[in-house]
Amino acid sequence: MSHVFHPGHEALHGVTVVLDTVSGETYLGRYDSADERGVHLFDVGKHDEGAGGSREEFLRRSARFGIRVEQKHVVLPKASVARITPLGELTL
Amino acid sequence: MPYNPALVAPMREEMTRMGARELTTVPDVDAALGDQKGTMLVFVNSVCGCAAGNARPALRLALEHGVKPQQVVTVFAGQDLDATARARQYFADYQPSSPSMALIRDGEVVHFVHRHQIEGRSPQVIAADLTSAFDRHFGAAV
Repeated sequence: MSHVFHPGHEALHGVTVVLDTVSGETYLGRYDSADERGVHLFDVGKHDEGAGGSREEFLRRSARFGIRVEQKHVVLPKASVARITPLGELTL
Repeated sequence: MPYNPALVAPMREEMTRMGARELTTVPDVDAALGDQKGTMLVFVNSVCGCAAGNARPALRLALEHGVKPQQVVTVFAGQDLDATARARQYFADYQPSSPSMALIRDGEVVHFVHRHQIEGRSPQVIAADLTSAFDRHFGAAV
């Protein structure tokens, strides 16, 4: 099942997720919680279009070799979140 | 900061009961993984209840399979810090996560199970993936 974000939904706590934003950014990290500040992810990598490689390649590489952590903790405003999907549920 | 040793003792015992050998120091790790021959599974243990709580029973189930690693060793992330860091140097192509498992054959990592492949999955499903990897990489025909 793909998980679509619902405020206050904590079933994803501790799960490695792909978070896509409405502006087209993709984050990979361990979902912690959602509160008034936004969605909290830990041990986060981010797809950088400029660094070469598509989003799909970024996800495929991360699924195989793990997440290259760039930031320990990221908080993303809920309004910026388009979709949250467990990495383990993606077919890559 | 490592957790209270008493808290993690049952998690260590769960591993040793299934035949895993604990590597708690850098020399332990080097002795096991340096110039490694044959087949081995390295289990990176974790206090995480939701993931490691399924990964340990999954490994126990998988080790009942006919084809399995000749040796199972374990380091404890967040507890035996130096030993875990050293072990990860032997599978440095893979980003650290815990729990995780590295399948090694003659010093080469042939399969890696990341935390995201464990989360939210039952021990039976994780064990099925593991035994499939055992067959593929540790089978007699390999």
